[in-house]
Amino acid sequence: MKQLLMTLGLALGLCATVGAADPLGSSRWPDLQREYVGTSPVTFDARVEVLAPKVAEDSMNVPVTIKFRNLPDVKRVLVVADFNPIVKVLDYQPLLAQPGLSFRIKLQQASPIRALVQTGDGKWYAGGVWVDAAGGGCTAPSTGRSAPDWASTLNQVQARVFHDGQNQRVRLRIMHPMDTGLAPGIPAFYIEQLAVEDASGEAMLRMETFEPLSENPVFSFDLPDTGKAALRVVGRDNNGNRIDAMVQP
Amino acid sequence: MIGRFLLALLLAGGALLAQAADRTVADRFDYGLVPQKIADNSWAFVGKTEDITRDNGGNIVNTAFVLTTEGVVVIDTGPSRRYGEQMRAAIARVTDRPVIRVFNTHQHPDHFLGNQSFAGIPTAALPAAQAGMREQGGAFADNMYRMAGDWLAGTEVTVADQAAQAGRLTIGGHEFELIALEGHTGGDLAIFDRTTGVLYAGDLVFLDRAPTTPHASITHWRAALDTLATLPVKRTLPGHGPVHDDRRGVLQTRDWLDWLDGTLKSAAASGMDMAEVMVLPLPERFAQMPLARSEFERSVTHLYSRYEQQTLNTAAPSRLKQK
Repeated sequence: MKQLLMTLGLALGLCATVGAADPLGSSRWPDLQREYVGTSPVTFDARVEVLAPKVAEDSMNVPVTIKFRNLPDVKRVLVVADFNPIVKVLDYQPLLAQPGLSFRIKLQQASPIRALVQTGDGKWYAGGVWVDAAGGGCTAPSTGRSAPDWASTLNQVQARVFHDGQNQRVRLRIMHPMDTGLAPGIPAFYIEQLAVEDASGEAMLRMETFEPLSENPVFSFDLPDTGKAALRVVGRDNNGNRIDAMVQP
Repeated sequence: MIGRFLLALLLAGGALLAQAADRTVADRFDYGLVPQKIADNSWAFVGKTEDITRDNGGNIVNTAFVLTTEGVVVIDTGPSRRYGEQMRAAIARVTDRPVIRVFNTHQHPDHFLGNQSFAGIPTAALPAAQAGMREQGGAFADNMYRMAGDWLAGTEVTVADQAAQAGRLTIGGHEFELIALEGHTGGDLAIFDRTTGVLYAGDLVFLDRAPTTPHASITHWRAALDTLATLPVKRTLPGHGPVHDDRRGVLQTRDWLDWLDGTLKSAAASGMDMAEVMVLPLPERFAQMPLARSEFERSVTHLYSRYEQQTLNTAAPSRLKQK
């Protein structure tokens, strides 16, 4: 089936007049390119690396790590999953952060997961991988919904800072159902905005987040070491509930 | 005359073609089960050390039967109705005595989806395994269907109808010891035939095939292996991998679990995220083991969040005013 899709995608890719052929052979790519990048050219570039398992063992939690270490001056990273009912996963501005991030997503079916990276000169670069999945990740209710106390921990932040002598890795888990709105009778309820600030309130990284991120999302970022100063995690969900926590180094 | 000859030729050709087509279909769904004698009155069907595919139809598991004076005792029934049927047929080629008891070592679909073909025969599993079959059997069967395709046609989840009791049980001159353990799943039944010295270890023991962990507790699994190591075993049938006479299976499974636990622990302590852990190099001794990479990836999904969670602290809410 995947092969058929890929062949179909390749055929469509060849027919499309705009844009480079998609190395992932996805039939959705020409549309996605038009929607998220517009008419700008996109270069598929090995420097944009997406790590994810070949098969999603748990469609509710597919781990993804994105690296763009050798690409200078990255301003924006858009993450999309072609065949998810909600395609856009997150829109990330690294600001001061090191070039990479990790998170987990829900997958509804086999799909490419790709990172579209824009550099300071306005150019776009792309990388991605296919992940096979049994599916259903987006239309199942969040598991926390069955626990009566999910509301009492809403937007609570769990965190840890790891120092390697040069940078600090910040790992965050934010308690939130991240409901997609696609499970019957449960409206969309998800974190929309997230930023990590330094002690002076300056944003070190910022992002918009969307429904496909996993329940109680976990993130990893690498930031310049700020020594003993605390970091502040701020954000809000689509119902206006605030996220605001101090993370000790 | 010529017309009639042509017609006859056509009919004959058609019949031949139909026969050929039938044979291909039959070939395609024939597991080719051949019993391997492992001790007096004891046989195993040894599956491939592969992942479940449309080529192997889920024949990736070891099942067994013991011929007693009362009748045949079956241990695990395979991944599908078809497997169960073919297993019964293969047993019937060895003996005309009836199957009188069935045991399921645990709740995983490759070990019990053949139960349907043994309907009406008392089938026992540990209570936790019965519950697992009841609650997750449908999802297991769906997933098996997704991976093996039409080999699963007509398979319906048939939950073991009896709760297995730990302890000695004599059937037709064979003294079986039923050992209630956990670790691979919440209810792992190991069966030690004291009469022959064969240990039917279920998936507590893997050999030369990477262990799977979707319902595993590494702590309990290690304890279970310690228990198995105390038995006067002559020969072991692991859940997956070859029959063997030494302790290789127990030791290798233990070695894998120790390595997995240590790797996940140190990855979490150094702040790695899941997808980064999945691409860590495998130690040389496991690099050639079938399915080592894919099972390690799966195990990271199953287990890593528990390790990671232990490294995270609840952050204090900020008292600063938000901009």
